[in-house]
Amino acid sequence: MSVNLDMNVLIQNVFNALSLGGLYALIAVGYTMVYGILRLINFAHGDIFMMGTYFAFYAITLLFLPWWLGFLCAICLTGLLGYSIEKIAYRPLRNAPRISSLITAIGMSFFLESFAVVVFGGIPKSFNVYPKIFSQVIIMGKTRIPILTFITIIVTALLFLFLWWLLYKTKTGLAMRAISVDIPTTSLMGANVNKVISVTFIVGSAFAAVAGILWAMKYPQVQPYMGFTPGLKAFIAAVIGGIGSIQGAIVGGFLLGFLEIMIVGFLPSLAGYRDAFAYVTLVVILMFRPTGIFKIYSEQKV
Amino acid sequence: MKKLSFKVNLILTIVFLIGIYFFLANSNIFGDYWSRIITLIAIYGIMAVSYTLVNGITGIFSLGQAGFIAIGAYTSALLTLSIQQKEMSFFIQPLIWPLNSIQMGFLPATIIGGVVSAFFAFLIGYPSLRLTGDYFAIATLAFAEIIRIVIQNAYGITNGTLGLKGISSYTTVWWAWGWLLVTVLVIGSLKFSSYGRALRAMSEDPVAARVMGINVFWHQMMAFIVSGFFAGVSGSLYAHWITTLDPRPTSLGVMLTFYVLIMIVIGGLGSISGAIIGAIFFAFVSQWLRIFESNVNFFGLAIPGVPGMSMLILSVIFIVVMIFWRKGLMGKSELSWQSIYALFKKGIGDENV
Repeated sequence: MSVNLDMNVLIQNVFNALSLGGLYALIAVGYTMVYGILRLINFAHGDIFMMGTYFAFYAITLLFLPWWLGFLCAICLTGLLGYSIEKIAYRPLRNAPRISSLITAIGMSFFLESFAVVVFGGIPKSFNVYPKIFSQVIIMGKTRIPILTFITIIVTALLFLFLWWLLYKTKTGLAMRAISVDIPTTSLMGANVNKVISVTFIVGSAFAAVAGILWAMKYPQVQPYMGFTPGLKAFIAAVIGGIGSIQGAIVGGFLLGFLEIMIVGFLPSLAGYRDAFAYVTLVVILMFRPTGIFKIYSEQKV
Repeated sequence: MKKLSFKVNLILTIVFLIGIYFFLANSNIFGDYWSRIITLIAIYGIMAVSYTLVNGITGIFSLGQAGFIAIGAYTSALLTLSIQQKEMSFFIQPLIWPLNSIQMGFLPATIIGGVVSAFFAFLIGYPSLRLTGDYFAIATLAFAEIIRIVIQNAYGITNGTLGLKGISSYTTVWWAWGWLLVTVLVIGSLKFSSYGRALRAMSEDPVAARVMGINVFWHQMMAFIVSGFFAGVSGSLYAHWITTLDPRPTSLGVMLTFYVLIMIVIGGLGSISGAIIGAIFFAFVSQWLRIFESNVNFFGLAIPGVPGMSMLILSVIFIVVMIFWRKGLMGKSELSWQSIYALFKKGIGDENV
């Protein structure tokens, strides 16, 4: 096992970890918001992320939109997709046993994957629809960092600012936080629960679309199963941080990003097991602190 | 009418199935293709029945079934492969010592596959069963993915991404249905014993069950280990049916867990006969839906096939069942001969066992 220690490599790895962690955090926020409100693991979230990248891809290649408009369209469409999924598949089961909604979510994920295979084709497509300036590399001394890494970090930061504003400065955000504590009481206080849940799904899905587009630029291809692994890892990030807690999802996402990049960076011989780190971390966390770092709620009904 | 016991029902079913088999076997309907499908139905049946023991009867929600199937498949395949075949396949890294010099028959290999799977079920269940609900589901899913990633990278044991090829196709209709019979016998007796009543009590309300003096943890553990054993057996049968193994997510990964989940949800979570009906349904429908994936010549009009269509339709059926018909076909009850009798007599089913 060769250990690779070099200052330039370290800086490069820190930036890589920040951008990967940011992407995980963006997806994890969608999981955690839905779980916080409905106590539902939205298994389809990783596939919503995948659909977002396909929407962007087709908006630009098929409709010949300029790239920024294509991305914007994709983000809106993905928000709409999240809204419809909640309305069609999850709302009828809101009062059913929680396992039923979990199974439905798994079915939804399976449906979106098959849908992508049928409609978009199972062969990976090259995602080269963005301006070439994004893939240029900034060279600082001996460190080489792609511009895309900076863009990812900035976009992630801006979106988290927006999320903070939404949650703590608007009435909808207040209602979201209230619903995550107690749905019936919040509804008695005059909040429109269905509307708030829809907003949650739209925001979460739009975040997933942004993460998906950035992801597809980073690893430039799209394919129907691309959402599974990042989705599962982001979910793990949410659990590590304490599912239901937004700060937790963000911290968990960055933690996972750092862990993955640093282990592979320092111990390249473990690269094949890269995907397993997240799962092992999850198992360890669940064993010792099942509620994650930021414990948000505990429920014991007898 | 006196209720027939589980065993009487089972014996009647076996007689009935063997009767059908001989009736059809003589009329030569079974081509090679159909006997393969009928074998597959039994393999799916074992997967589904062992899965429903955990997810339906015990009421804990595992998503790790594919991991146990994969362990059973790889273990038994490595044991039955001939030594020359192993030397030929493992060209990146030779197979480690004890495995490269043994070859055994199908039955001991299958049993060892099951035992190894059961052992892993113990290792995974011991920490995971302390978790509840969603957390348990995610932990088992994570473990199944870890198993798959290890299989993908441990070239010295599993041949990694190259996979195993040239496994002898030992799995016949008789092997598969014989093992299904053993599975139903064991899991059925478990369901209708005091253990089974304890398991069902736990699935209704774990806290109340604990108050009644049931050791919830060890009961769940037992169910998980038994389920792991039969998942391993089904993996072995599957390996010797399909004859090649590889660790892609779409073959022995999470997709397989989803397929088995579809079977038991359609059949009704918690019902053994429901699980088998679900397996039959899944095997037939996924075969039948293949027409959408091949080019069809419809009265001179060539309709191109769409790959992936069968899974799309199945997933739609799955979601519709979950939304509108959550109990599935059987609910938690079992199909029994007197319920069929009653169905013919009255025209209405009364399927309480």
